[in-house]
Amino acid sequence: MIRSASAILRKDLRLEARTKESVPAMLLFSVTAFVLFHFGLDRDSLDGELASGVLWVTLLLASVIGVTRLFAAEREQGGIDGLLLSPADRTGLFLAKAAALFVYLALVELVALPAFTLLLLGPGLQPELLLILLLANLGLASVGALVSALASEGRARELVVPLMLLPLLTPLLIAAAGATEPLFSGDGGPEDLGRWLGLLSLYDLVFVLLSVAVFDYLLDD
Amino acid sequence: MNAAIELECVERRYGERVALAGISATVGEGETLTVLGPNGAGKTTLLRVLATLLRPHGGRARVLGAELPDEAWKVRGNVGLLGHEPLLYRDLSPRENLLYHARLHRVGEERVGELLAAVGMEGRAEEPMRELSRGMVQRVASARAVLHDPPLLLLDEPRAGLDPAAAELLEPLLGRASGRTRVLVTHDVEQGRAEADHVLVLEDGRAA
Repeated sequence: MIRSASAILRKDLRLEARTKESVPAMLLFSVTAFVLFHFGLDRDSLDGELASGVLWVTLLLASVIGVTRLFAAEREQGGIDGLLLSPADRTGLFLAKAAALFVYLALVELVALPAFTLLLLGPGLQPELLLILLLANLGLASVGALVSALASEGRARELVVPLMLLPLLTPLLIAAAGATEPLFSGDGGPEDLGRWLGLLSLYDLVFVLLSVAVFDYLLDD
Repeated sequence: MNAAIELECVERRYGERVALAGISATVGEGETLTVLGPNGAGKTTLLRVLATLLRPHGGRARVLGAELPDEAWKVRGNVGLLGHEPLLYRDLSPRENLLYHARLHRVGEERVGELLAAVGMEGRAEEPMRELSRGMVQRVASARAVLHDPPLLLLDEPRAGLDPAAAELLEPLLGRASGRTRVLVTHDVEQGRAEADHVLVLEDGRAA
């Protein structure tokens, strides 16, 4: 399973490096949204709940682009049949797709976070944010891979992906924004952070297990 | 001779539309079944059922000793499918595509070089697939179909887009000489009958 997952992941990253269909679009969307918030709110700096909400809503909406494109090569170039004809474990496909989306999100955040800091954030970034991003990206990647596989065979996938993905991500948004808010307002003790990180971890665990359990059936005729 | 494929009254529907109805056939190991019929007769659906990509909705289908759909996992990895779609990524090169499939099938990487040479694509092995002609894509797709040395080949118009020299080049891999059990879908009735041990003519999803 690890071998086939690694082969699929390497193929996906190579294709993304050549076609540049997902990461640049996600990044452009994120930075544009921050610029729009900057001018729309007419504020040079945000803090607390507002800063946290702007950051996470923007990242979640940017992820919709990546999720919509996650199975594009498989769907448009018949790659899914090639995979299904091989003895490769289908859980490996889920792991590879989730890992690819995780990498895309990390690359986007690498540029989007400094842009967010520059355009909107009053207080600077704190290292705890990395742990929140790690857990949130994990949840986003597993739910995203699941929804992308579900929508891949449908005709209106550009519509289906956000309609299915965003409600499923609501608990993640609440937990990630709740964990980030004290970092952006400078108050709140470590017990608050621990509570939200616990919720994020639980969300990740539930959706990773659920995705592994149902992914095989999603790809069946 | 053992039967590689046994079909008894196989059915397949798409919603209300019947794509295959009451299809029966037996093909021994190393034999060739040629499937003929007009467009929309169900030929491609039959290949996809045999490849385990579609479930049969009725009847009994046994492929390489495995009952479909329950034992489809036993068939995967033992079938080579060469259909309308090459199942190759346009932004990868022939070598990258074949290496990817080799990893999925747990085949040694040296096999990729051998096959690129066998289909005459060594010189263009590093170019993106989207820059290759249709005939070249078909050659690489043929190499992909036999990469894991499958005992069963499912071929849908395998000579489409090939010039006579290329068709000759692929003969040892895809032809009778390969020694594999083959299901060959073709519109070339004369060629199809010449290669066949058994012939199945389909019309509106039924054996004519």
